[in-house]
Amino acid sequence: MTPFTYLRADTVNDAVRLGAGETAAFLGGGTNIVDLMRETVARHEILVDVTRLSDAVTETAEGGLLIGAAATNTAVAEHNGVRRRYPMLSRAILAGASAQIRNMATVGGNLLQRTRCTYFYDTDGSHCNKRAPGTGCDAREGFNRIHAILGASDACVATHPSDMCVALTALDAIVHIEGRDGARTLPFGELHRLPGDRPDLDTVLAAGELITAIELPPLGVAARSTYRKVRDRASYAFALISVAAALEMDGDRISDVRIAFGGVAHKPWRAAKAEAALRGELASEAGFRAAAAAEFADARPLRDNAFKPELATRTLAAVLAELAKGDVA
Amino acid sequence: MSFVVNGNAVPGPADPRVSLLDHLRETLHLTGTKKGCNQGACGACTVLVDGERILSCLALAVQYDGRQITTIEGLAEAATLHPLQAAFIEHDGFQCGYCTPGQICSAIGMAAEARRGVPSHVSADLAAEVILTRDEIQERMSGNLCRCGAHNGIIDAIQATIAPAPTAETSAEMAA
Repeated sequence: MTPFTYLRADTVNDAVRLGAGETAAFLGGGTNIVDLMRETVARHEILVDVTRLSDAVTETAEGGLLIGAAATNTAVAEHNGVRRRYPMLSRAILAGASAQIRNMATVGGNLLQRTRCTYFYDTDGSHCNKRAPGTGCDAREGFNRIHAILGASDACVATHPSDMCVALTALDAIVHIEGRDGARTLPFGELHRLPGDRPDLDTVLAAGELITAIELPPLGVAARSTYRKVRDRASYAFALISVAAALEMDGDRISDVRIAFGGVAHKPWRAAKAEAALRGELASEAGFRAAAAAEFADARPLRDNAFKPELATRTLAAVLAELAKGDVA
Repeated sequence: MSFVVNGNAVPGPADPRVSLLDHLRETLHLTGTKKGCNQGACGACTVLVDGERILSCLALAVQYDGRQITTIEGLAEAATLHPLQAAFIEHDGFQCGYCTPGQICSAIGMAAEARRGVPSHVSADLAAEVILTRDEIQERMSGNLCRCGAHNGIIDAIQATIAPAPTAETSAEMAA
């Protein structure tokens, strides 16, 4: 591990001031960055501990929730308001990592975790444009079972590993950011980027910008929502694909719907085409499959992951059928 | 800086790169906590911080200034084993024993989570009281691997020792 200076921020202003340098990074629970530093994938010279900043989950004036970025994943998953009003978010978090990691990992850190592409981690000999820009991508023609089928580029086929972020993009969450030039907000769907020719950049955040909170807007449709993850073992594994979905019915017709997929792209994938295909339609297996087909029409599977469009289609159809019946907690 | 391990104030790490796991084992010579994968995949290094289970291999010791840490060495009362330690012996919850300290610390943390109503991936109803069925224990302990394959005995030991009946307080909270 490269030697680094440890600094602890007691206020947001402190954090932004201390984290301003090019070689600085913010430190949450450490569950990803410690491993990245140990493997020398990351070589920060300053780590600014932001776990003492706000971890509060509070009601907003609009009727939503504001979640401090230092809140642990467990704290968000078990929050009564999240469980009742945004169940897909609790379920997404509980589908990720292990209990020990969820107790450590912060909301801010979850958003900024790096891909689990094995070539990204293999500093001993693999080519990776995300880790070392310009060196190539060994995943494109290599072992790419877990990799992207949508929005990838010649430079990078990595996926974003978070479960929580899939729910947050479906819920139209708002990211609160603080930087040297002041505060700003971003719609969640605009935080992460597609790889293009700069796969080294996971998000649109400028150097030194700090995520301070996530805001969940009031969203009635979210009360009937869930998250389903398909993986290679029953627990404690990253997603092959996952679906976050919310459904509101008016009789037999779908009056409102939210859908996002995990495990398919470099960012949590909001399925706008599938949503558009379902709004106002009768709820049916054929309709659910057609909506997924609309979303995956542009899919470009790789050698080892041609199963993903069909797996995602079946999972979406199953989840929507369950939600349409209304027997989901 | 200093923190408290098993009730004793101890010095913090000399270098911020030192993990909580290495600090416990190498500096404080508390070798009960085991290093398995050292990358957050196996759970052998699980310890309790202020009663919550965490992975000490992914924790920088410097972040735990002022916190109360409990390791496997802090569970027994003098010569009397913690009830879960006794149950692991009774139910053959191990063969080689390497994962056992992490399993036991993890199960104690899990019991506290269940008591306060934290749901799991397999909970059918997110708002219901937590009943620690075999399926629930299996899911909640999935962060602790046992290469000897003693999982059935581990679950037996946990079920025999930790079966938290919902308290009046948690029931009222869930109904609110």
